[in-house]
Amino acid sequence: MPIGRRRVLEGLLAIAAAAFVPASTHAQAGLLARRIPSSGETMPVVGLGSWITFNVGDDTALMDECANVMAAFFAAGGRMIDSSPMYGSSQSVIGYGLAKLGNLESLFSADKVWTSGQDGPRQLERSRQFWGVPRFDLVQVHNLIDWQQHLETLTGMKAAGKVRYVGVTTSEGRRHDLLEEIMRMQPLDFVQFTYNVVDREAEQRLLPLAEDRGIAVIVNRPFQQGALTRRLRGENLPPWAKEIGVTTWAQFILKYIISHPAVTVAIPATTSVDHVRENMDAARAILPDARMRARMVSYVQAL
Amino acid sequence: MSQWWTYRPEDMLLFSPRVYWRMFELQNASVWPFQLVTFGAGLLMLGLATKRANGNERWIAFTLAFLWVFVGWTFLWHRYATINWAISYVAPLFLLQSVLLLIAGIVPRALVFEGRGLTSWSGMALASTGLFFYPVLLPAFGSKWEQAQIFGIAPDPTAIGTVGLLLMARGRLRWSLFPVPVLWCLVSGLTLWTMGEATAWLPIAAVALALATCAWAAVRAS
Repeated sequence: MPIGRRRVLEGLLAIAAAAFVPASTHAQAGLLARRIPSSGETMPVVGLGSWITFNVGDDTALMDECANVMAAFFAAGGRMIDSSPMYGSSQSVIGYGLAKLGNLESLFSADKVWTSGQDGPRQLERSRQFWGVPRFDLVQVHNLIDWQQHLETLTGMKAAGKVRYVGVTTSEGRRHDLLEEIMRMQPLDFVQFTYNVVDREAEQRLLPLAEDRGIAVIVNRPFQQGALTRRLRGENLPPWAKEIGVTTWAQFILKYIISHPAVTVAIPATTSVDHVRENMDAARAILPDARMRARMVSYVQAL
Repeated sequence: MSQWWTYRPEDMLLFSPRVYWRMFELQNASVWPFQLVTFGAGLLMLGLATKRANGNERWIAFTLAFLWVFVGWTFLWHRYATINWAISYVAPLFLLQSVLLLIAGIVPRALVFEGRGLTSWSGMALASTGLFFYPVLLPAFGSKWEQAQIFGIAPDPTAIGTVGLLLMARGRLRWSLFPVPVLWCLVSGLTLWTMGEATAWLPIAAVALALATCAWAAVRAS
């Protein structure tokens, strides 16, 4: 069988992607995975956020829809689900989904503490009960609120085996100076911030610093809360998109994010089973190399 | 909240429009056919306020007091607060409004429905908006009929209807009954505006009309 030019190119890109991805492909579902630097544990590069999408109150029809999204996420090989006490009913809806889906060993539970320093332990226990998990894998200080006291508490909990990883979060480009200072001074496992093909400030300092310090990176709001995908919806994908296995704008955006070598996992949120499958497909096959990433930025900027 | 000035109104929106509108559908389904009672109570209050007969104000105040605590408890506390934690701080204001209305119903001449002129007509227009216009307005903008917001069941028409009835009244305690419904109209208008809903102007316009009418009446009286 003759080997076409496209196949050769795909092969070359796959080699480039393998160099970008330090961890091996996630065994069960063919998902690309990265290692958490502080432990070596592997994590599929696409997770599941819950901001707005899982805040459905006690509406059982919508709670079941969320459970279906979770089921599709786990079926596709996903692990990390992220939430916060700030997200309304999202934590209890996740708990509802987990109870409905049964015991999920693959779950990586990532939550946050979002209260005064003194109230942290009480809020964490309440959050844990909402999720219905024996302990959280990761607890992050939400938007750096009372971060010193919370980090002290969380570090103690980690030492006692009550939580596996500790991190801090921000979003939409807020407080990057302080975040950078904390990343330099504190023994963090994870850091979470916003990064995508149009919000690329993190490429200047935060992502290189995370790589240098061995801190895993969670990327939130990859689609700018839907604004980016809505903006691009009417535009054509570039003709070379298929070279990196991209068939939709959502995959284009996610591929750009997860192909940065310092990014551990991106956490798009969705209410749609089709969208969660589409997002997970972005974590399969090849990733763009540095040249292709620059091309992706130029293409979006020109639109 | 750290660096609160960097937050936009949409950053405070914790829920999707779909979930917001579903709340009214669930509320309507859970209390049906109580909508007929609250609508009938609204009609009766509008009629009593128009007749300006002595003693009517007590029944209007008591009925409104019940509706405010009902909406605050069944909708705000048990439904809206589950998707918006800030509402758990607003719901007690509905109880406060109910208590104030009860007091207004007990204290002699706290509310007197004997007004005439522009203020009274504006009040009637607003009360009619809450009672008749609001339930049909939203379906006209594309919402399902099951999601219609009905006076005494949903907070916006209840607040607008109450502002209207209060504008039709005079009395010693009338002014103390305005802040909570006016505040709710502003909160709801801001929420709908943040959601990008075309109907966001309605609760804001209701407050603007009420304030303009009161200002006009004050200027005329001076």
